[in-house]
Amino acid sequence: MKLLVCISKVPDTTSKINFVDNNTKFDESGVQYIVNPYDEWYALVRALELVEKHGGTVTTITVGTNADDPTIRKALAIGANDAVRIDANPNDPFFVAKQIANYASNENFDIVLTGKETINYNGSQIGGMVAELLDVPYISLATKLDVDGETATLERDVQGGVEVVEVNTPFVLSASKGMAEQRIPNMRGIMAARTKPLNVIPAVEIENLTSVLSYSLPDAKSGCKYIDPENMDELVDLLHNEAKVI
Amino acid sequence: MSVLVFIEAKSKVSKAALEAVSYGSKIGSTTVITYGNINEQELNIIGEYGGEKILVNRSLNESNDQQLTNLISAAVEHTGANVVVISQDQTGKSIGPRVAAKLNAGHVSGAISLPETANGFVVNTNVFSGKAMAKIAVHSEIKVISLLPNSHAPVKTNGSATIEEFNADLGEGKIIVKELKTQGEGIPLPEAELVVSAGRGLKGPENWGIVEDLASTIGATTACSRPVADIGWRPHHEHVGQTGIAIRPNLYIAAGISGAIQHLAGVNGSKVIVVINTDSEAPFFKAADYGIIGDAFEVLPRLNEAFKKFQSSQN
Ligand SMILES: Cc1cc2nc3c(=O)[nH]c(=O)nc-3n(C[C@H](O)[C@H](O)[C@H](O)COP(=O)(O)OP(=O)(O)OC[C@H]3O[C@@H](n4cnc5c(N)ncnc54)[C@H](O)[C@@H]3O)c2cc1C
Repeated sequence: MKLLVCISKVPDTTSKINFVDNNTKFDESGVQYIVNPYDEWYALVRALELVEKHGGTVTTITVGTNADDPTIRKALAIGANDAVRIDANPNDPFFVAKQIANYASNENFDIVLTGKETINYNGSQIGGMVAELLDVPYISLATKLDVDGETATLERDVQGGVEVVEVNTPFVLSASKGMAEQRIPNMRGIMAARTKPLNVIPAVEIENLTSVLSYSLPDAKSGCKYIDPENMDELVDLLHNEAKVI
Repeated sequence: MSVLVFIEAKSKVSKAALEAVSYGSKIGSTTVITYGNINEQELNIIGEYGGEKILVNRSLNESNDQQLTNLISAAVEHTGANVVVISQDQTGKSIGPRVAAKLNAGHVSGAISLPETANGFVVNTNVFSGKAMAKIAVHSEIKVISLLPNSHAPVKTNGSATIEEFNADLGEGKIIVKELKTQGEGIPLPEAELVVSAGRGLKGPENWGIVEDLASTIGATTACSRPVADIGWRPHHEHVGQTGIAIRPNLYIAAGISGAIQHLAGVNGSKVIVVINTDSEAPFFKAADYGIIGDAFEVLPRLNEAFKKFQSSQN
């Protein structure tokens, strides 16, 4: 089996979210980057489990600059065989998807796996776009994946429930919670990752279809009103008359 | 501008669908595209929320991403729409980006505002799991907007819509649905206006009765913190936060949840937050509108009774 896992870096979940340059840039000072949890915990680990069972290779792909290399090495330490980095700033989802699709279209992957979203942009966009560009089915929000020959069985979140679906390879999926369990890389993995291939490929030229103009932070709460735990009638009254949500 | 709104309406037009229709009608003349065997009476509601024309494809019955993408792009061609609006529910997540790629269109994910068109086409979106917002400019001729549920209140216009059957070459459906396991009748978390949530402070799954009782009294959906889902006290689909579901209800009641930064990330888009915690130092109080320093085992039943009393006084 030949699997491709899309990996991106995101600020650690405890990072303070601030912006600089007139609110046009994310403030990176003091920010630690991690592999996007959905990419790492679910997509990558499930890909590794499948290859351990059925044989094959797991390649990771990232559209980014050399600032992404530490998180790519982390994915290699967890067990991916090799990595591809397309050397460009990932500023527009369509640009990113085009780069990935362009690479994947010559490589005959059985499954392309992405996380369900990144925890910084929450876009949930790359998988669907790559699938369209490769003209293959897309199974979004997948929580379970099993493969038997050319047929895969998946579970995915849909409105009000879970759908069990069957699809033939090749296809693209986005991985959500439940697909696998986080793996902590061991010392051997970390050592091996240093010498695993990380191929840097130039980007193909494409115009960005979107751009971020500026960022803002939500209004701060005006402060918490404390209510006597004995007096829940007062809370209900406030929710009705003051907050008007009931 | 000419707008096409895609809605999925298996048997009923959902609130999220009406939000999308209403949002679209604020941008321009709105046609709605849908599929399946939903009856015309139910479809008429769309007209009351600003839809002018409804195109319905009766040949398709299952949500299949490639076929829906073909359906929507055929409808774009048919109507000449330059803006496509899709509610960002589970189906929206599967087809929004796909439609955008097919149309060579810029895609706005997680839209929470109407577009500003004075200078280009700019939409405000939710980023960093609700910890920030980003203004996205779209440069392409056609724009695809995935609208976050609960971010645009649907407005009744008392208009009416014409209904037309719409056929197109949809190609083959390559995803075979074997089974649908439903999660009951409740309102799905992303669309819920009222949410009652609990964390490790509840001490064990056997204690969730008081959470469910309160939720059923007010018609709320239940949610939980991540550790509670991870240890199997509650199902994964209830897990809210940065690595779970992000929600924006009108009211979020959190009992026995400390308010870790990763939890707050997914819930701080809520309009009003009520926190119940024994520890007056719990970080969640900083994000709360109303705080109760007290034992959830006593406060939740008391709050339930207070709501019941209020409801009977309203009748
Ligand atoms: C990468 C990463 C991602 C994460 N993503 C998420 C996420 O998406 N969602 C999420 O929720 N967490 C997430 N977490 C975990 C998060 O950091 C916290 O550990 C978690 O939210 C804590 O859950 P909790 O509040 O239920 O439990 P605790 O932190 O144990 O808090 C329990 C609270 O209950 C209170 N309490 C105890 N008894 C009572 C009582 N009788 N009545 C009232 N209150 C009582 C205590 O005072 C305490 O405040 C993530 C962590 C990491 C590292």
